[in-house]
Amino acid sequence: MFPLSPLSAEAVMTSPPRTTPAGKPLLEIVGIDKSFGSTQILKCCSLEVHPRETVVLIGPSGSGKSTLLRCVNLLEPADEGNVFFRGEDITRDLRNAPRLRREIGMVFQNFELFQHLSAAENIMLAPMKVLGLSRADAHDVALDLLKKVHIPAKADSYPDELSGGQQQRVAIARALAMKPALMLYDEPTSALDPEMIREVLDVMAELSAEGMTSIVVTHEMGFARRAADRIVFMEAGEIVETAKSDAFFGGTVNARAQRFLEQILH
Amino acid sequence: MSLHLVIDYLFSAVFFQAAMMTLLITVTSLFFGVLAGLVIALLQEATFRPVRVLAWIYLWLFRGTPVLFQIIFIYNVLPGFGIRLSAFLSAVIALSLNEGAYMAEILRSGLGAVKKGQRTAGLALGLTRTGVMRYIVLPQALRIVLPPVGNQMIGMLKTSALVSVVAVQELLLVANQTASSNFRYFEALTAAGIYYLALTTIFMGLQALLEQSLDVKRRRARSEKRSLLQRLAPIEEAH
Repeated sequence: MFPLSPLSAEAVMTSPPRTTPAGKPLLEIVGIDKSFGSTQILKCCSLEVHPRETVVLIGPSGSGKSTLLRCVNLLEPADEGNVFFRGEDITRDLRNAPRLRREIGMVFQNFELFQHLSAAENIMLAPMKVLGLSRADAHDVALDLLKKVHIPAKADSYPDELSGGQQQRVAIARALAMKPALMLYDEPTSALDPEMIREVLDVMAELSAEGMTSIVVTHEMGFARRAADRIVFMEAGEIVETAKSDAFFGGTVNARAQRFLEQILH
Repeated sequence: MSLHLVIDYLFSAVFFQAAMMTLLITVTSLFFGVLAGLVIALLQEATFRPVRVLAWIYLWLFRGTPVLFQIIFIYNVLPGFGIRLSAFLSAVIALSLNEGAYMAEILRSGLGAVKKGQRTAGLALGLTRTGVMRYIVLPQALRIVLPPVGNQMIGMLKTSALVSVVAVQELLLVANQTASSNFRYFEALTAAGIYYLALTTIFMGLQALLEQSLDVKRRRARSEKRSLLQRLAPIEEAH
């Protein structure tokens, strides 16, 4: 469906540019700090994400990638600095967090499907309880989305009857049901068996290709190569490098990022 | 020993009414006990510290003193402060408050058994904390706490016998009174014992039903069985 090989120069030329750096960023993170107790996790991190852009966040474990994601939807509010969403400062607006989170979908490493609900019900819950959709309408949404993530037959299955890859795709559908403007993926394939990683990455790449703005924390370099517009490399709580995908994989990266790449590519 | 008398007692209005009184006390106390337990369990999760301290004091008081003491205290000491309650009301209040303390601990264990990530996922979808509790945490916690809650239900049936000390006409008191008038202890107590066992059996049945109805998969397995029969029906018609 999508070539695994790095984008050729030709492909870059012919495919319409997905990023519009000239326009206003959808998300703007400006110099945020975050500490847990005496450990500083994020040090003055800044990042812009434009509409229709897919940003892949890589770096060694413990470098603060997940925390940075959680600062975006206020699951972990930043200590210092600011986060702007659609130009609005949301950093300390915890009271409006539920409203903000409707627009920002999140996918977790361990899927976190609600165990007592079927796949369809998992997807229907937030549209019904947060957006006030009727059960019938929410069910239609759920079936559409299950089709979109390629498991239309699993609507009535419960999470423990699904494989990891299927669960994660239901989780993606659940996030999409809120029609988010931004998707956050927190190591979505790290808990998966190797043979299931592809099916999840395919869905994510399709969404990115359709223009879903995304931030993806992952160690899957194949995915970064095929779906990312930009790569952000983090280390020890700092954003060390931000590069266009082709520049990054073309080898024009700084030494620390290069070392990390060599490590994970063995 | 007269089996005939046992049967007479079993079908006598006095024993039947006493058994109904036992059932009424049990069900009422359970209802308010679960309610109190839920409130206390949720208060223990509060971010505001004094609220948590209050919940802790409640647990400390009601788990730290005998139920019998609590029943007698409410019936005999409160009137001194101008609060005069009927024996039945005193009994139900004491049992409910005591039950609430134990229910709170059971419910807390259930709430704790729902992984933190489930709440995070709910929050990330835009649900409020209350919404997360109601639609995600509580439904999962209920399934976990059902067996210990069943234990408490059956326990309450038997604890209710303690309220005989404040002269509520429940099963044990009536049986004892009947026996002491004619010294036929075997017959009166056997009749009471049979009533207790019958009530316990009903409670166990209820628990099993509840567990089944909360077990989504078993419920679905049953409906699939029906649909299988429906699918077979046209084949039979064809023959």
